[in-house]
Amino acid sequence: MEQLKTIGRELAMGSQGGFYQSKEFLDLVKSIGEARSKAEEDRIVLGEIETLKRRVSEPDIPKRKMKEYILRLVYVEMLGHDASFGYIHAVKMTHDDSLLVKRTGYLAVTLFLNEDHDLIILIVNTIQKDLKSDNYLVVCAALNAVCKLINEETIPAVLPQVVDLLAHPKEAVRKKAIMALHRFYQKSPSSVSHLVSNFRKRLCDNDPGVMGATLCPLFELVSTDVNSYKDLVISFVSILKQVAERRLPKAYDYHQMPAPFIQIKLLKILALLGSGDKQASENMYTVVGDIFRKCDSSSNIGNAVLYECICCVSSIYPNPKLLESAADAISRFLKSDSHNLKYMGIDALGRLIKISPEIAEQHQLAVIDCLEDPDDTLKRKTFELLYKMTKSTNVEVIVDRMIDYMISINDNHYKTEIASRCVELAEQFAPSNQWFILIMNKVFEHAGDLVNIKVAHNLMRLIAEGFGEDDDSADSQLRSSAVDSYLHILGEPKIPSVFLQLICWVLGEYGTADGKYSASYITGKLSDVAEAYSNDETVKAYAVTALMKIYAFEIAAGRKVDMLPECQSLMEQFLASHSTDLQQRAYELQAVIGLDAHAVESIMPSDASCEDIEVDKALSFLNGYIQDSIEKGAQPYIPESERSGMLNISNFRNQDHHGASSHGLKFEAYELPKQTVQSRIPPATLASTEFVPVPEPMSVRESYPTTIVPSASSDAESTELKLRLDGVQKKWGRQTHSPATSTSSSTSKKTVNGIKQVDGSNTSNSSTWETYDSRKHVEINSEKQKLAASLFGGSSKTEKKPATGHKISKPSSHMVEKSHVRKSSMEIASEKKALVHQPPDLLDFGEPTVQSSDPPSVDPFKELEGLLEPTTQLGSTAAAATNSPDIMGLFTETPGGTHNKDDSDILSSLSKQPVTNMVGGATSTQVAQSSKGPNRKDSLEKDSLVRQMGVTPSSPNPNLFKDLLG
Amino acid sequence: MIHFVLLISRQGKVRLTKWYSPYSQKERTKVIRELGGVILSRGPKLCNFVDWRGFKVVYKRYASLYFCMCIDQDDNELEVLEIIHHFVEILDRYFGSVCELDLIFNFHKAYYILDELLLAGELQETSKKTVARLIAAQDSLVETAKEQQGSISNIIAQATK
Repeated sequence: MEQLKTIGRELAMGSQGGFYQSKEFLDLVKSIGEARSKAEEDRIVLGEIETLKRRVSEPDIPKRKMKEYILRLVYVEMLGHDASFGYIHAVKMTHDDSLLVKRTGYLAVTLFLNEDHDLIILIVNTIQKDLKSDNYLVVCAALNAVCKLINEETIPAVLPQVVDLLAHPKEAVRKKAIMALHRFYQKSPSSVSHLVSNFRKRLCDNDPGVMGATLCPLFELVSTDVNSYKDLVISFVSILKQVAERRLPKAYDYHQMPAPFIQIKLLKILALLGSGDKQASENMYTVVGDIFRKCDSSSNIGNAVLYECICCVSSIYPNPKLLESAADAISRFLKSDSHNLKYMGIDALGRLIKISPEIAEQHQLAVIDCLEDPDDTLKRKTFELLYKMTKSTNVEVIVDRMIDYMISINDNHYKTEIASRCVELAEQFAPSNQWFILIMNKVFEHAGDLVNIKVAHNLMRLIAEGFGEDDDSADSQLRSSAVDSYLHILGEPKIPSVFLQLICWVLGEYGTADGKYSASYITGKLSDVAEAYSNDETVKAYAVTALMKIYAFEIAAGRKVDMLPECQSLMEQFLASHSTDLQQRAYELQAVIGLDAHAVESIMPSDASCEDIEVDKALSFLNGYIQDSIEKGAQPYIPESERSGMLNISNFRNQDHHGASSHGLKFEAYELPKQTVQSRIPPATLASTEFVPVPEPMSVRESYPTTIVPSASSDAESTELKLRLDGVQKKWGRQTHSPATSTSSSTSKKTVNGIKQVDGSNTSNSSTWETYDSRKHVEINSEKQKLAASLFGGSSKTEKKPATGHKISKPSSHMVEKSHVRKSSMEIASEKKALVHQPPDLLDFGEPTVQSSDPPSVDPFKELEGLLEPTTQLGSTAAAATNSPDIMGLFTETPGGTHNKDDSDILSSLSKQPVTNMVGGATSTQVAQSSKGPNRKDSLEKDSLVRQMGVTPSSPNPNLFKDLLG
Repeated sequence: MIHFVLLISRQGKVRLTKWYSPYSQKERTKVIRELGGVILSRGPKLCNFVDWRGFKVVYKRYASLYFCMCIDQDDNELEVLEIIHHFVEILDRYFGSVCELDLIFNFHKAYYILDELLLAGELQETSKKTVARLIAAQDSLVETAKEQQGSISNIIAQATK
């Protein structure tokens, strides 16, 4: 009551322009409270900002006024607006001598500034001074600011003082100093590494609060370096024992549990220390077992400690007895009606199955229940569990489920995660390649933009390499099924880019391989793709290369190639493209079409994407030619590095080119000229008109058809082509280059292009590929198989049963469930009280519609006033009778009440029930209200105070007066 | 560690925000909007936890006010739920059956209390009594200052008469 008076006094003072709140400020808060839209709120706040801007810059503002302005700034910024113009005034306030003003200043700066703000440098000095203050409250305020504002650079400025404060007589200061040091450690471990021993010392502090605070930094220290803290195991265990035996002061009890927050921290630390350490773990068994026994599993905090015990048990060296207790606790969690406990149970199960996989078996029904649950959070947790327990026997069911869920959600963050999990599981456990491709297609189709490009390369590689066995017919079957599925998918709108690339590649490589589809059909599809996704360069590039492959295979097979008109127009477009890559591909395509069958077959062998490329880096095949040229009087090649200025520029250009492309190839490109120096390549002038004839055109084999064989080979075949390529090079400004370098650099560039696309799969995927193969040799654990079969084999049956069971039990158990939720969440003793909180929600809910459209809607304040005067009357049926119509009225005004489901339990239960019940329900709430009279009265007193000040919140939102705790 | 604390009303109005990890003003607005949408639309019987951008947000509704705390993946959700409750109990003890209106008009006091409970995103004090004592100590200072100020202004008022 006394506190209430204080509030009253303060509110009253507010009306007189007193300490914290002037009328102005209260009006602001009120008008924002009444704002009906975000836009209106923004307008009010912007007006306030303007006012404040004017006010704070006035000269000679009294301190208390300034304080209020700063608090108003805090308020404005809390609502998401920029109050940076006032930061400097907050900083100035921290300099003030009066603690009162200073405290406000510190509060404001900690709320306003991040650690990297420029103004911090202006506060450091004040903080230094305040840390030395005689008044411990000043020191506390400064330490609060230290925790938030001191950054890596300013740590040294305050570090000595903070360390001194560890021995301060006031425990509150010691505690905050510990937290500050912890913060320093987080920001820059090296700056406080020599002070770590202080944390150990503070562990033995007389004050349990300081000891408890010390556990935060110790937890972090232990998690980074377990071995240096093994000696503390005994201390931690004995502290935990004492805590569990209630040796700490009563003040640390929380809901009848002895210092549960400290217990949890200690259990976390022990879990780290005992991980994989039998000796350390043995010290913990007794105390953890004790806690398991002592924990009160009916309270939320008791369950929090239990959960932490399970985490600890599953982390330390296993002990059968403890594992048993943990399993018991988990089954209690999973059987609970509370979603929170189910969630924790699923999480705990995920931890424990690593040690004892058999435990999952008894909970399969509960797990499937959770998977079917409408609650997303629970569902995701269950997917996490399934992910942990996936084996080759249950992978199909699990991944199918995951994909179904992935398709159903919009949250990109989680979609990415679940997509990558699907891919991982599929790669690891896929029962067949067809299945794998099918799954990948789904993943790409629905989350293509979110998965790593390497996954696509992986899949290309799988399709190209087949099973890795000598079963060619199966391979081609796989490919044609892939082609079929892709042609089908192409009909769909909006396919992710990565997936399109994959499709183009596969169609180019295998589209016509089995003769099912004609070249013109496939090329038509490809040019459709290139046209439909015309702003995606990469897709277009893939499409052009695919077109080239199709044509090349046609030519090699001796068929005549007729380019479709749409392809032709596409090519014309690409020949003039701004993208040099596209341009080059188009020119290459044109060149290939002009060649004869034999040449094309050597350039673009069918289904050879998996052959290795042997690159003759020394270009030894040129030796004879070079020898010839030099004998004829040609000048030897001078490496680029030795050439002068102008060429250095082109050297730079070169560098740029390679910088942009794949990393690995950069070195190769620079080495080439050096090597050719020894082999003496002819000078620029000679070869710029005539390309190097190559004795063995195919010695540089390009196995990936995406990479065209360097111009060298094609030049040897056709002069027409040579001129074209010349043109290209002039366009690129490479005239001054020696042809050898230009050839070699363009070669390397092309390889860059080619390898850029396939390199990822070449290098990084070989390993996954191996595991993929080895998967087949993994023997399936028969026991696990049994488990999975029982878990998921019969899932369709088991799923349905509990689901229907739920439905039946729902209506009847509704009330019970509701009260349970209330009880567990709000610790409310009786169901009646739970009900008390509901009626205002009805009003609250009605607010948007009722309030605006219905003038006769109930003024809650009148209702409340009515409640205040005849308090005794409340319990009587008369009061119930007079009041219930109001509530009824509200019900009729919110038609059906079906869309209010989420608003409150009462509402939904009422709307489900017939009218007679509604009256009954209303009466019961009235009765319940009477039992809660005093709190209502409190609220009313507050209300009347506010009214006195003339800031009656006119919006009918009695929620504002409702006790949070009840 | 706790990354931020949010108090949002049923109508989506912000009542209190405290950021322990660096977020720019833009990010803050986005976070509030995003989380407000997610949390306010959740049904009553569901978990009090939400997955969010790789973090977890634990929330609890008291009357018309939602208390939310954002924590790391490996933190204990039930514990954080109790930290929220702990905070509310302290508020309740301080304000005397606290209601949303108290927090609206005295948000700075709620901040001071929060500062005694959490520091740098960690729970610094688990005893309600200790927190109450510290806050009382600070408030007594306010009281004396008020009296002084009152007397000074009286003197000035008299002097200027």
